[in-house]
Amino acid sequence: MAGRLPVAAALAVLQGDAATRPGQNTWLSALVRWLFIATSLAFLAALLIAPLVTVFAMALERGFEAYLVSFADPDTQAAIRLTLITAAVVVPINIVFGLAAAWAIAKFEFRGKSMLITLIDLPLAVSPVISGMVFVLLFGLHGWFGVWLQRHDISVIFALPGIMLATMFVTFPYVARELIPLMQQLGNDEEEAAITLGAGGWMTFFKVTLPKIRWGLLYGVILSNARAMGEFGAVSVVSGHIRGLTTTMPLQIEILYNEYNFVGAFAVASLLTLLAVVTLEVKTLVERTGYRGR
Amino acid sequence: MSFRKPNVLPGFGLTFGFTIFFLSAIVLLPLAALVLAAASMHWSEFVAMVSSPRALGSYRLSFGASALAASINAVFGFVIAWTLVRYEFPGRRLIDALIDMPFALPTAVSGIALTTVFAQHGWIGRYLEPLGIKVAYTWLGVTLALTLISMPFAVRAMQPALLEVQHDLEEAAETLGAGRFYAFRRIILPTVLPALLTGFTLAFARAVGEYGSVIFIAGNLPMKTEITPLLIVIHLEQFDYRGAAALGVVMLLMSFVVLLAINLLQAWNRRRHARAAH
Repeated sequence: MAGRLPVAAALAVLQGDAATRPGQNTWLSALVRWLFIATSLAFLAALLIAPLVTVFAMALERGFEAYLVSFADPDTQAAIRLTLITAAVVVPINIVFGLAAAWAIAKFEFRGKSMLITLIDLPLAVSPVISGMVFVLLFGLHGWFGVWLQRHDISVIFALPGIMLATMFVTFPYVARELIPLMQQLGNDEEEAAITLGAGGWMTFFKVTLPKIRWGLLYGVILSNARAMGEFGAVSVVSGHIRGLTTTMPLQIEILYNEYNFVGAFAVASLLTLLAVVTLEVKTLVERTGYRGR
Repeated sequence: MSFRKPNVLPGFGLTFGFTIFFLSAIVLLPLAALVLAAASMHWSEFVAMVSSPRALGSYRLSFGASALAASINAVFGFVIAWTLVRYEFPGRRLIDALIDMPFALPTAVSGIALTTVFAQHGWIGRYLEPLGIKVAYTWLGVTLALTLISMPFAVRAMQPALLEVQHDLEEAAETLGAGRFYAFRRIILPTVLPALLTGFTLAFARAVGEYGSVIFIAGNLPMKTEITPLLIVIHLEQFDYRGAAALGVVMLLMSFVVLLAINLLQAWNRRRHARAAH
């Protein structure tokens, strides 16, 4: 207010002057604003930032050398390898499934569609322990196919196939649920034009659809990869925790932590934390391209 | 009459068939196996298993701590969402991005990190210890872990709703002499309420099934600090598949109830917005 004397303006602010300047510059809203920001930051600092910093502080507690040495442990190396193999198998399958589900759901109208979407989201609502247990009930020693599998000398539970199945169950919805809303929003016009002009189905998909959805696809892939590499509960149930054979990185963290090898445990944890940071970074970048998730 | 509307685009049979096949093989049939395993038990055996004192103790902790964590997140999630939507301050974008961290961070990592921070000699635990507050290895620690992992659900549910609160309506109310609190109660709260409840329910749903982050910070003592998912794992480790399946079905039913609640809340939310758009 240019015409006002500074003292009068200050008085007005102190008195709350609500009639002329509602809710903007009063000392009360400054206080509320300060309180909200301080509460938010304190809450996040204690719950989120302190644990994140702890991961690196504990990993580097004995210096950088000890940090690097902890990766020389053959069991840790085996765990990293197993995690990479699992993700390398599971994520591509998720991509194919996600693309197929999104094409069927977004491009066509059919009965029971919302039911199908709910079923695809089901693994998100189920406890990770249950996600692993269902495969134990099917393929475990006392499970439905347990005797048959044993007779044919096939191991699923406490072996690689079980770990992959459990990981697949848990990461199943991520690519699909990222693509379905995106493709619904983009509509069918361009694909219909391409088909009408004589393009084949695959050509239409690769030349018309894929370029439009590539950022959403990337985000779905990165999310499902983060879940695949970090899953603990489901994999823990089916793995059997055989050192160097069926322990993935999160399970190796548990083993090392329970042996009080904190540098080793947090060293592995730091890799997964970096993966999470990269995942969020990609998410931010993807959102900046203008594509909006969810 | 027809199952799907006609359309010039190809590939429906292939993609729909593949989706159904894969969904059935990976998700639906395994879940059906769980339900069947529980259904093959005698009713009295089932009831005895799901209502043993140890099971009841685990429900109390799992459901109680999850409800508490979801309530904490409803309150602080509102404050955080409000702060991110309404105020501009240095580091706001970074904080906004950090909210999703518990989504991306593996639960085993949040488990050991949180335990270290809140243990007796940890960065925060050492200040709570003299006050007589023990977090690690108690139900408080369980609640804390569940609060951390379900936090993004509450914040992300409320952010869009707060963005839509009409500033002019609020200002009009204040100009007309409505008190700040009155404006909050009559204008902001009703607009945000469905989102707040959705956020609570989503956070609860996520917390109830959580395993990884909790087992590190909980003492895992039967009847005291043992969550239901852990009890399932213990049954499985003893090859007691029936006991595990019985508890699994209880948790599955709980998930379905919560899922239904979420769908109803979201329908309510949509109706409200449709009315507001008029």
